[in-house]
Amino acid sequence: MPKIILQGGRLIDPETGLDEAGDLVIEDGRVLALATAAEGGAAEFLAEEDAEIVDVTGLLVTPGLIDMHAHLREPGDEEEETIWSGSRAAVAGGITTVAAFPNTEPAVDNEASAEFVVLQGRRAGYANIFPVGTVTLRREGEELSEMAGLTKAGAVAFSDADRCLRSAEMMRRGLLYAKMFDRPVVAFCEDSDLRCGGVMHYGKVALRHGLPGIPAVSESIIVARDIGIADITRGHLHIGQLSAAGSVALVRQGKESGVKVTAEVTPHHFTLTEECCEYFDPNYKVLPPLRSQADVDALLEGLRDGTIDVIVSAHAPHTAEEKAVEFVYAPFGVVGLETLFCASYTTLVGKHGFDVGEVLAKMTINPARLLGLADDRGGLSAGKIADVAVFDVETDRVIDPETFESKGRNTCFGGLTMRGNTVHTFVGGRQVVSEGRVLGARRESVAEY
Amino acid sequence: MKWDRKHLLGLEDLSREEIIELLDTAEGFREVSTRSVKKVPALRGRVVVNLFFEPSTRTRTSFELAGARLSADVLNFSGSSSSTSKGETLNDTALNIEAMGVDIVVVRHSCSGAAYQLSQVLECSVINAGDGAHEHPTQALLDIFTIRQRKPELEGLKVAIVGDVSHSRVARSNIWGLQKLGAEVYAVGPSTLVPNGLSRLGVKVSHNLDEVLEEIDVFNMLRIQKERQERGLFPTIREYAKLYGLNGERMKRVKEDALVLHPGPINRGVELTPEVADGSRSVILDQVSNGLAVRMAALYLVGACGPQGGQVEPQRAPGEES
Repeated sequence: MPKIILQGGRLIDPETGLDEAGDLVIEDGRVLALATAAEGGAAEFLAEEDAEIVDVTGLLVTPGLIDMHAHLREPGDEEEETIWSGSRAAVAGGITTVAAFPNTEPAVDNEASAEFVVLQGRRAGYANIFPVGTVTLRREGEELSEMAGLTKAGAVAFSDADRCLRSAEMMRRGLLYAKMFDRPVVAFCEDSDLRCGGVMHYGKVALRHGLPGIPAVSESIIVARDIGIADITRGHLHIGQLSAAGSVALVRQGKESGVKVTAEVTPHHFTLTEECCEYFDPNYKVLPPLRSQADVDALLEGLRDGTIDVIVSAHAPHTAEEKAVEFVYAPFGVVGLETLFCASYTTLVGKHGFDVGEVLAKMTINPARLLGLADDRGGLSAGKIADVAVFDVETDRVIDPETFESKGRNTCFGGLTMRGNTVHTFVGGRQVVSEGRVLGARRESVAEY
Repeated sequence: MKWDRKHLLGLEDLSREEIIELLDTAEGFREVSTRSVKKVPALRGRVVVNLFFEPSTRTRTSFELAGARLSADVLNFSGSSSSTSKGETLNDTALNIEAMGVDIVVVRHSCSGAAYQLSQVLECSVINAGDGAHEHPTQALLDIFTIRQRKPELEGLKVAIVGDVSHSRVARSNIWGLQKLGAEVYAVGPSTLVPNGLSRLGVKVSHNLDEVLEEIDVFNMLRIQKERQERGLFPTIREYAKLYGLNGERMKRVKEDALVLHPGPINRGVELTPEVADGSRSVILDQVSNGLAVRMAALYLVGACGPQGGQVEPQRAPGEES
């Protein structure tokens, strides 16, 4: 097979700490060589006649992003998203691997369902789609799912998605059982009694608007509970979508005391606050809710000191008609695949001075390790599968939902100016995005409805 | 002053001057009700729709009569605001009604933000007749109007809003309106219905009515919803009445010229004992008649004086004989 050479970029590989100018050589779907400019670049390969050379001068060349929390809606809610459209959205955002959450209809709680997700991912032929299996059957919190079968079909984690396990004992069993397969349980932490029908952060905006609030403690009380359970089971607890300062402190404390707890956050939670709900716009209605500036500051600190391991999109597409209702009635969730990198880059690197490698680690090697994919993915070392993203961080872009590949237009970043456009995306050495455009499907039988 | 607002969505975003303009305009309209022919042509040829997604008799009736006295054509439309009824969306319902050639939509809805939402979707003017626990501007205006009749100087006046402030749009609108006019607002009620966080809105919070009883100039007694007790927010109606009801005993201790307001309907024996509801301090029926003048003012300013007012023939001044 002819080689593909990404020439003249800034190579960043958080796994090895690499951040240097150079060339990346891909062959047979894997990384063949990284040649830094200091060592003279990939001159020997550039000379090869059939080598395909992609000029990436001035661009960031990074491992393809791994988004370990996205809702692709298939099966069951194909009007919101399909694995095909979600896959296109992913690669448009430089994401080459997606963990698809199981709150589908029916839920991915058995081997056949998980296999369906894997197959649909392959048929779509863009990103690597890995299923997340449920912890309990039908996400009802009553009986454990067949995790062995789910694992066999490719599940990389277990989660009841947006349903918190009400029973602490079921969480204990789930963590214990998932441990046998070396898979994390992704916990959605919310005490629904304390939430009490809340629709936004319990704070000043909710108070003024007379909207029922979701107190921060409704999250952190379950974070504390689940860390306690992770401690006694020694299972791997991964806290989904941290939003509250109190939760960050608990995770930090848990890590310090040796509990196997990891955590994730979304760009909207560390970028935006409750103030966004001022005009009752359902595009800012998310669960957990956008919280106060103090919470945002705590999330940023958690990202900085390593308490928060992963940045996820929590991509949750909804149709326009679902969101065009009263704020109170609108479903929770925003899309995020196509803004995961640019929002993270703009907020963390642009605004708060994070190192770009440090930010990228939370979307590449960290999730790869958590999901057991790090042998093959999450880095640019020679021999790894050539999942590669190329970003332009020099050009401003105004986020326009109408340009999204996702079926969902419900972004909370619409109209904002950001940096971090995807220029090229390679999945397994195959180019799926070129000059910012998603290429046509390779396979003919695309499962689009 | 020149009124230039297209909508009346709440008191929080109104200036002190705009609130005074509304009250003064209402003052002008109050006289109309005393005439034998209780009608002015201010909104002749205009269409007002009461779009009520929540049951309401008094507010709707008051708007209906207010519209009629301004010579507008008034239609009533009731819908269900439940999210589960798989029917038309709020936006579609409102757009369909508007397509009949409506100038002002008066909306009542159980969701905070519904009136704002319609103001973004519709071309016509929107008056908020209560959205969730957010705002109910005309109710607060009529409360303030009634207070001002008896106590023209609002600066420094101590007004207690007693009851379920947490879930009350009447309370929120009163807080904004009264504060802008210089009054000192107290929120009094059980800690489960009057959260301490209310102090962030500049309100004095008290959970003990007896403690503040003697300093208060005006008591605005909110109606307590039985549903809150059923949902476990306070133990019993009996205990609520004991702690927060105004009765003959408490009235002996209040200031001599203290006023008692209630947005209605009263739960007699709960918020107020009959002797207080019907007593000399009670201005509850004044509130109702003032409500009419306030709603005429709201319809008139929004419909005839706002940015859309100029599109039709020049208007007569309020109260001018037709």
